[in-house]
Amino acid sequence: MGSGTSTQHHFAFQNAEKAFKAAALIQRWYRRYMARLEMRRHCTWRIFQSIEYAGQQDQVKLHDFFSYLVDHFTPSSNHERDFLDRMFTEDRFPQDSEMEKFGDYESIEVPDNYTGPRLSFPLLPDHATALVEAFRLKQQLHARYVLNLLHETRKHLIQLPNINRVSTCYSEEITVCGDLHGQLDDLIFIFHKNGLPSPERAYVFNGDFVDRGKDSVEILMVLFAFMLVYPKEFHLNRGNHEDHLVNLRYGFTKEVMHKYKTHGKKILKILKDVFCWLPLATLVDEKVLILHGGVSDMTDLDLLAKLDRHKIVSTMRHKTRKENGKQVKKEEANQKSSAGRPTPWFLPQSRSLPASPLRLGSLQAHRAGRSSSIPCGAPRDAKELARQVRRSVDLELDRCRQQAGFPVSWGEEEASPCTPEADSGAQEPLEPTQEEWRQVVDILWSDPMAQEGCKANTVRGGGCYFGPNVTERLLQKYNLQFLIRSHECKPEGYEFCHSRKVLTIFSASNYYEVGSNRGAYVKLGPALTPYIVQYQANKVTHMLTMRQRISRVEESALRALREKLFAHSSDLLGEFKKHDADKTGLITLSDWAEAVESVLHLGLPWRMLRPQLVNSSTDNTLEYKSWLEDLAKEQLNRENIQSSLLETLYRNRSNLETIFRIIDSDHSGHMGNSFVVSVGVEHDSICWNSCLCLVVAAAYLQVKPELGSPGYAVRAEPSGSPPKHQVSKCVQLKLAGDSSSRESYKYGPNECMS
Amino acid sequence: MADDKEREGPDITVAEFHKKIKDAFEVFDHEANNTVDVREIGTIIRSLGCCPSEGELHDLIAEVEEEEPTGYIRFEKFLPVMTEVLLERRYRPIPEDILLRAFEVLDPSKRGFLLKEELIKYMTEEGEPFSQEEMEEMLSAAIDPESNSVHYKDYIAMMVIDES
Repeated sequence: MGSGTSTQHHFAFQNAEKAFKAAALIQRWYRRYMARLEMRRHCTWRIFQSIEYAGQQDQVKLHDFFSYLVDHFTPSSNHERDFLDRMFTEDRFPQDSEMEKFGDYESIEVPDNYTGPRLSFPLLPDHATALVEAFRLKQQLHARYVLNLLHETRKHLIQLPNINRVSTCYSEEITVCGDLHGQLDDLIFIFHKNGLPSPERAYVFNGDFVDRGKDSVEILMVLFAFMLVYPKEFHLNRGNHEDHLVNLRYGFTKEVMHKYKTHGKKILKILKDVFCWLPLATLVDEKVLILHGGVSDMTDLDLLAKLDRHKIVSTMRHKTRKENGKQVKKEEANQKSSAGRPTPWFLPQSRSLPASPLRLGSLQAHRAGRSSSIPCGAPRDAKELARQVRRSVDLELDRCRQQAGFPVSWGEEEASPCTPEADSGAQEPLEPTQEEWRQVVDILWSDPMAQEGCKANTVRGGGCYFGPNVTERLLQKYNLQFLIRSHECKPEGYEFCHSRKVLTIFSASNYYEVGSNRGAYVKLGPALTPYIVQYQANKVTHMLTMRQRISRVEESALRALREKLFAHSSDLLGEFKKHDADKTGLITLSDWAEAVESVLHLGLPWRMLRPQLVNSSTDNTLEYKSWLEDLAKEQLNRENIQSSLLETLYRNRSNLETIFRIIDSDHSGHMGNSFVVSVGVEHDSICWNSCLCLVVAAAYLQVKPELGSPGYAVRAEPSGSPPKHQVSKCVQLKLAGDSSSRESYKYGPNECMS
Repeated sequence: MADDKEREGPDITVAEFHKKIKDAFEVFDHEANNTVDVREIGTIIRSLGCCPSEGELHDLIAEVEEEEPTGYIRFEKFLPVMTEVLLERRYRPIPEDILLRAFEVLDPSKRGFLLKEELIKYMTEEGEPFSQEEMEEMLSAAIDPESNSVHYKDYIAMMVIDES
């Protein structure tokens, strides 16, 4: 070996070493990059989930507010009384003749130029297949066929038991699908990949067919059609979104009215009934229980099998009411009612409480071994409700009289005429018991958790969180092998938990955003071993790199989050100022994170998200005012609307929309007298509710700006408190549309009406 | 502790770090019981601004694991170790120019790019080799399909923009 060779070796070795080191460096850098992407992905997921659940909480809050209104509103005229009745009365149990009227489709003419699918009954498999194909080609089914189909569906559902029983003897395999939420592409994909339903191919769809996505109507049509065609092999479970009150908020009602302008109302009416008739669960081979949400430590399958599921019109909460009317009267008259009942969230005393169903209503909510269950009140029938409204009205009047020193009248029967609907209601008791109602809510709303035990599901506002021991006990009690449920979006479309005793299956891919998650369905053969198939019904996502996929989803999440931040600008400013005692206009980034969480209560990792929400400042401080201004600039043009008004409208827009939709009972999109009411509230929920009262009253009662008087603002106050002083923050009310009323009124502790 | 002009004071910094570490940890604490799967620790550490090699990562994990490894890391053990890492500014990220030089080492003839096969060879055979999944993921973003090569200068620039 000459020195040349050894030098060569030496260089070679050095080069190899260099290359090794260079490669190691690049790998190190790359792995860090990927880790950061992974973190972003997780954070994005958390954002979407927390915003979604916060929205669900809002829904519950809204409903509580209306319940409270009913109890304490003192309508000053029959007109108002009727309005309240109408707002709350669910004409749930129309006589058969009425239902026939609503399902009356035979008189509806289908024009000759209609090129969509036509149905004739009894349905044949070809009809159902043709329907899928037609929808794939973006055709719309004519209202006449929609109503006809719904009518037949209802007839079929009525004869089904609460718990479907399916056997793998007859069909070799059973495919179970989870939430679809109006995403027709996913349904079409499932049928394409797995095959259409047939006597050999059974399907179970586990609820939440509607809302959010844009093709809920079409999905229902397809599912109902196949159910009629293959009644023994095709099964549907009710989900928490098969509920007309939930639909008001989450898009299904809107979709129906948009697609069926003339007959939408009829369609919604019969749908309301159809949803109540959907079975609650499906049992495969007596071993695998399929239901939408989950179970609780009190779940009683025998009770669930026996109850009249049709009575459970909606799982949205009501306050507990005593069955005995006289008892109510006495209690309220003794003014001890508030003491007995926990304070509702929107009253000043309870300001510190998070959105929690635990606080409201039920005095009978205590169960052994459970921190709290959802309070439940049996929903009333129309007549009963009308009676109770009047009773509370009279009581209120009596109390006012008492306070004013007038003699009080007792035991008067209501003299005012009943509304026609109330009178024509059936005579038999039409409410489910509290227990029945609770059982159904539990199976439609609950989520599994990792810890043992069973506790109230405060995130959703209904149902509970159930632990592995609850699952185990239930499976043992009824000799089952495992549970299949849906209700929660999972990144992979499915997830096992509780030692594989609970399977979550979610079939709406790209649920939050393109690329956010896969969808999945599960197949069961005679051995009942679950076999999962995943998919993502969007070709584009396959071609994107992980980075691009995450970026897209992340951008969407951040946009939603920025919107939410903007909607709370005033509160945020207040919170920031607290951290800026010296009034420098600056706060640290750590303070920013704390402040944001204390205002939004979303439980998000703000320090992780900060780089995406706040422009990096080198010295670890933030000029919060300009940050808030930047947020505002990103949102809508401000025009002449004050930003606080805009902000509150923004924050409450979905709530306001829901309210308007309730008020707009003929779904015409117009509200009475061409009043456009803009409401601005600066701070507290109490004021929001006062304003909401005003909005509701103003819109319907066509009352002038004097409406802003304390008389109405008080109505959301606890009974017995002096009116004027309860309004603790600023309330601004603007009535537009009528030039004479373009005034604003301010209320505050130190201000008088201006 | 080192005297550092940038810090407001050691206690405040430590408190700051604690909050940051807690935030990152909680993202992966799926059961809300202050533990994370050991396989996620790497992601957590890296997202806190550190850039350890795989070997360094394994050493760190050994420090925070239980005596009898359970597959889970508890927050109580993780916090002090991670705080030290941050205070000592260990495992600093790689500056862009150093990264560029690393690519150039692998491209001695200074073409300005690496062929797909070359990249695969280096990344899967040298250093701390990539898994197949990692390799595929890198290729999907890095490789220009027409030339079947990675123009590393552009690639770095693109990745860096994405970071901020």
